[in-house]
Amino acid sequence: MADNLPNTPMLDELEKGKWPSFVKEIKMAAKHGPMAADLLGQLEQSYNEKIGHWKHGGIVGVMGYGGGVIGRYSDLPQKFPNISHFHTMRINQPAGWFYTTKALRSICDIWEKRGSGLTNMHGSTGDIILLGTTTDQLEPTFTDLQGIDFDIGGSGSDLRTPSCCCGMARCEWACYDTMALTYDLTMHYQDELHRPAFPYKFKFKMSGCPNDCVASIARADMSIIGTWRDEIQVDQDAVREYADRGLDIQSDVISNCPSKCMEWDGKELHIDNSFCVRCMHCINVMPKALRPGKDRGATILIGSKAPIIEGAFLSSVLFPFIKIEPPYDMIKDTVDKMWDVWCEEGKNRERIGEFIQRVGLGNFLDAIEIDPVPEMVAHPRENPYVFYEEYYEED
Amino acid sequence: MAKTVEEIADAMFNMVKDAQGQKKLKPMDLTKAMVSIFGDEVDKKTCKLAIKQLIDSGKCVYTYFGGSYIELPHREGAAND
Repeated sequence: MADNLPNTPMLDELEKGKWPSFVKEIKMAAKHGPMAADLLGQLEQSYNEKIGHWKHGGIVGVMGYGGGVIGRYSDLPQKFPNISHFHTMRINQPAGWFYTTKALRSICDIWEKRGSGLTNMHGSTGDIILLGTTTDQLEPTFTDLQGIDFDIGGSGSDLRTPSCCCGMARCEWACYDTMALTYDLTMHYQDELHRPAFPYKFKFKMSGCPNDCVASIARADMSIIGTWRDEIQVDQDAVREYADRGLDIQSDVISNCPSKCMEWDGKELHIDNSFCVRCMHCINVMPKALRPGKDRGATILIGSKAPIIEGAFLSSVLFPFIKIEPPYDMIKDTVDKMWDVWCEEGKNRERIGEFIQRVGLGNFLDAIEIDPVPEMVAHPRENPYVFYEEYYEED
Repeated sequence: MAKTVEEIADAMFNMVKDAQGQKKLKPMDLTKAMVSIFGDEVDKKTCKLAIKQLIDSGKCVYTYFGGSYIELPHREGAAND
């Protein structure tokens, strides 16, 4: 351990236990540069005083960019001069977070040279997070990263770096190629990613199946979640094998089905697919016996967000089922129309879900020229926003 | 006659300059203002290009204060020496 480490009794507690410790990692980084040692000192002081000591800077990017850099300054620069500037850089991750070891080493080499050497792989946005550098190192870092084919990601009121699950690369349940769609949207919307022009942030997250491993239904303004519209594929022999090996199919599968669409007579599993809500529970429990159907695509949902102005929202359905195939024109056309309406009428710091709640889903659907369908109703009798013209004619 | 990107960029720059220190302007504020001033002589696409020109030339910069804004380059209030 470096000799210059500050005394940090409170942080040291976080090194105890079996789990990984960020304190241990920062102490290791302190061997290679002075920023990490000052970071420990300031953090210990914050823990003692229960006060944060970071100031949010206004720097947002490199020349020409309006996102990807989050400015941070210490409010104790005399005491901790090495973290007087401690800006974060968000770097656009490859779809599905697949790297070569050479790429990872190159990123780390650049960051040890240009910054603190500390990274967060990955941030909750999905990006590679490079923690802590000075203002004068932002442009050189960007140039170095471009040299190894990496670009800065999104921050502020722009399109955030699209992210996805590993999809068809590793998962047999993926109902569409999440990585291909993520890459395509990232390249198509470069302008929106780097030049903030929205009322507030906008996030795409792509999940290959309803397990939704990237939690897009809770975290993305547009959630694209893989699903199927035909029947679950069943291998009855494999179902019986599960039963023979001790799985209590009635208790662990049938009783947990939220729509009660399944029956088990001890020999065969019967599924009424018209009642299946694609929860994935049965498939998760018996992966060898059950698989998603063959007619695969995605459900597109809109509007989720964490609580800031309004409370937390989950996404609600926009398209119950569409095929997800290049060149993804239907998605792009819909997104362009939504952004037009939201940019024109949205208030400052209003997420698109909050905007829809304010103007009403019916008006929003009118504006983006999409017909309402029953699947858009989140809960029966809760959001009766569909008004038929015939109704008015009768009056 | 349709306004050029340069003309729009100049008008936007003047707006940002006049508002500096008093009101933070978002890109959409500038676009809406241009449509309101020049009417059919501008469209959103030209406004987008004008903003890009302002930023790429260094005459204006993006800033963040709870949301993204366009301002004249200046020393940040939070910046340490």
